[in-house]
Amino acid sequence: MKPVELKKDIFWVGIVDWNKRNFHGYSRSPLGTTYNNFLIKDEKTTLIDTVEREFLDELLCNLAQVLGEDGKIDYVVVNHLEPDHAGCLKEIVDRYQPEKIITSPMGEKAMKAHFHYTDWPVQVVPTGSEISIGKHTLQFIETRMLHWPDSMLTYVPEAKIAFSNDAFGQNWATSERFADEVDRPTLEKRMAEYYANIVLPYSPVVQKTLASLTEMELDIDMLCPDHGLLLRGEDVAFAMDKYMEFARQEPKNKAVLAYDTMWHSTEKMAKAIATGLVDEGVSVRIMDVKANHHSEIMTEVFDAAAVLVGSPTHNNGILPGMANLLTYMKGLRPQNKLGAAFGSFGWSGECVKQLTQWLKDMNFEVVEPGSVKVKHIPTHETYQECVELGRAVGRAIKAKIG
Amino acid sequence: MRYVCEVCGYVYDPETGDPDSDIQPGTTFEDLPDDWTCPICGAPKSSFSPEE
Repeated sequence: MKPVELKKDIFWVGIVDWNKRNFHGYSRSPLGTTYNNFLIKDEKTTLIDTVEREFLDELLCNLAQVLGEDGKIDYVVVNHLEPDHAGCLKEIVDRYQPEKIITSPMGEKAMKAHFHYTDWPVQVVPTGSEISIGKHTLQFIETRMLHWPDSMLTYVPEAKIAFSNDAFGQNWATSERFADEVDRPTLEKRMAEYYANIVLPYSPVVQKTLASLTEMELDIDMLCPDHGLLLRGEDVAFAMDKYMEFARQEPKNKAVLAYDTMWHSTEKMAKAIATGLVDEGVSVRIMDVKANHHSEIMTEVFDAAAVLVGSPTHNNGILPGMANLLTYMKGLRPQNKLGAAFGSFGWSGECVKQLTQWLKDMNFEVVEPGSVKVKHIPTHETYQECVELGRAVGRAIKAKIG
Repeated sequence: MRYVCEVCGYVYDPETGDPDSDIQPGTTFEDLPDDWTCPICGAPKSSFSPEE
């Protein structure tokens, strides 16, 4: 896609990655993504972030379209060192020989560890620093752990524009550049999916960072994340409010039944438990870990009030697909969840106990009776127990969300 | 004395403790349990150094 002038002399020079499905090796991006980066033409022409290495040629083409063939870049701002944003940094530095490479204190450490440079002209900018580039000023605010230690936001007061890097991003490849040009429910879904799989563990940091941004009274009328659609006008407040809502992790009247199964006994139990939940008016997602990627399950877990996990006992342990989901989910530290466990077994039957321990380790509140297990094939009595467990969880959800 | 996380810059202040991990105010860094981790980034106690 061609560069887009967002405001006078401020250009989007990013890349649309229409084919991206595997995002960073752990999350799905079913509609692709973009790597947004920006160029400010001024006395000191400044590039903010780069793109994934495989798109270097397209980036250079975009830069040439704005700068002209012999144009120069004086400053490069590195808001985040992850390779989807700093992937072309070395090539940009080699080609344009910028006077300054500007990054946060933690960014300098990460830059050294990524690029092992010896003589780059790095300038470290802690929160509160500012650099004049002519008509524009760059102000820097560290946003540590949103979502890496090096993450930083760059604000340009004259243009009322903030470059927030990964914060407020969404994975969505589009020909449109602004959120007010696309389907709103899809935008919200992509924003929630991104938050649930990438930002979620740092929700306390999100709350603190948003509070300090509010205190600083930054006048922002364009908010530019490095993935997906850019937010302008009323959408700036919309995005900030969404993040505050996401960070609070208030549960909805919803339960996720995630299971792995061998010969369908655990699957049948999931369906019976779902019946009990539906009896109590709860919206249910039944998700087989073999039919749903762990990131898709996590997006549903994100706003659910309860997560019920099921697996048969396999070699005295948990079936690997469920173990994968639990490892992924625990790392994302979801809060305010109720939980329960279920599963079939052949002879020893340790799995349900192990699942329950995982729930407790994630600080989920295990709802009594807490679990159902059955040897080999469920009976009518088993199904009755499952329905009762579903109802018990359903009542607990009602009590929790009021 | 206050200690700084070298990974993310979080500062452990004994005066406030770490309420989210049930660490009472007044707990010195040395008295934190060995398995205590940075409440922001999850780095271990060994990643902390005294604040300069």
